[in-house]
Amino acid sequence: MDLELMITSFPKLLNAAAITLKLLSVSLIIGLLIGLLFAILRLNENIFINKFAYGYSYIFRGTPLLVQIFIIYFGLGQIEYLRSTFLWVILKEPYWCAIIAFALNTGAYTSEILRSAFQTIKPGIIEAGQSLGISNKIIFYKIQIPIAIRQSLPAYGNEIILMMKGTSLASTVTIMDLTGVAKYIISTTFKPIEVFIVAGGIYLFMTFIIHNVIKFLEKKYSFNS
Amino acid sequence: MNIFKKTIFSVLLSLLVIGSANADKIKIGTEGAYPPWNSKNEAGKLIGFEVELAYTLCRYIGQQCTIVEQDWDGMIPALIMRKFDAIMAGMSITAERQKAINFSQGYADEVASLAVMKGSSLEGLDTPAGINLTKPDGAAKKALKTLTAALAGKTVCVQTATIHQNFLDSGDVGKVNVRTYKTQDEVNLDLASGRCDAALAAAVAFSDYAEKSGKPVVLTGPTFSGGAFGNGVGVGIRKDDTELLNKFNKAIDKARKNGDISRIATKWFGFDASM
Repeated sequence: MDLELMITSFPKLLNAAAITLKLLSVSLIIGLLIGLLFAILRLNENIFINKFAYGYSYIFRGTPLLVQIFIIYFGLGQIEYLRSTFLWVILKEPYWCAIIAFALNTGAYTSEILRSAFQTIKPGIIEAGQSLGISNKIIFYKIQIPIAIRQSLPAYGNEIILMMKGTSLASTVTIMDLTGVAKYIISTTFKPIEVFIVAGGIYLFMTFIIHNVIKFLEKKYSFNS
Repeated sequence: MNIFKKTIFSVLLSLLVIGSANADKIKIGTEGAYPPWNSKNEAGKLIGFEVELAYTLCRYIGQQCTIVEQDWDGMIPALIMRKFDAIMAGMSITAERQKAINFSQGYADEVASLAVMKGSSLEGLDTPAGINLTKPDGAAKKALKTLTAALAGKTVCVQTATIHQNFLDSGDVGKVNVRTYKTQDEVNLDLASGRCDAALAAAVAFSDYAEKSGKPVVLTGPTFSGGAFGNGVGVGIRKDDTELLNKFNKAIDKARKNGDISRIATKWFGFDASM
């Protein structure tokens, strides 16, 4: 064990963890919006809208995240026509390719989490609102959405943690995130165990924080409080 | 708890058994993704200059060999952890790598070069045909200055953990935006897509790609050798394995004397890259 290497690589890896967190937070925000939109589309009674939303979540949940990143980064990069459009400004950058892949992936899972949360809301609660003469719109925004968010917290917490670990795939498209920098240090020191232990420790610490924040929120918004 | 202990014990035991199997066979690790040095054919079989040379060297050593595949970025760690006994993967002999492993004498010369897409502003740089960085002379220093000016702010793509990455990181050509990839294939793809302004690798890796893909990839600037580019390509061997090192050195001597290395190099590179 090369303790000195572990100590000297720690600050470099910590800096890289900031990139990981940035990737995670940007894709979670975009993914949450996509997820909410598609969860609502899934509840739509129009069969085409419903199937479209289902197809999206089916494709992105049914293929590996790595494949999705490769298709967006290397695959779209091969289409010559695309390179002459304004889209290339975004797709040229590894960072945005990763964000697009992560957001679409987490959006698919989030839509499923939110959909099932909406569906677990007891009809009685909605009927209670209706009998008080509250409009359906207000019932949706003030009753259904808050309950759905509370219901989906545990599952969504898991999704955040899965996504956080998923961001390590950004290193495959040249982004110097936590895993990318760890690999870089290994490429010059040839000591993978030491470096990956430190990097793994940082990932574990981030999981610990996310886990506890979610637990706190769950308690705070618990129905029994 | 008892089951837990038993599981740990059996896992460790199986690791020992796997580790000690095939002790009399020499296991050689290669990447299989760096043509024409080493690559795979359509059937998934390892082919290339080093695969053929490895079998030739093993014949001279008089021991059986198996060649196994290993991702480039884990090559040296895998050797140290005894996943195989020798590396033949277009790996140049550099001072940095010699801190971790030993190298046999060099068997071939890797000439590095920058490549760009035809029509790039980096095409046709005013530099000598080749520069040696071990003791750079006036012309070499001037060429580095020309490159520094030309590459300023440009994105140059390389495979990770290579001499090419080390050179760009060394600052000899100023502040370049270096992007690293897991394989040379990915470097080639992003050079062709325009994400990279230039790429740096073995000159033969680019000409091989240009030929196979039909993409207008052209070499530019000088070819590089010496300094960060090391002193030829050799067989990588664990520090404590001096016996195998001697065997390989003797085998390379014999293969060179009999003209085997020249013959195999000419077959795969189109010119004699042996040394």
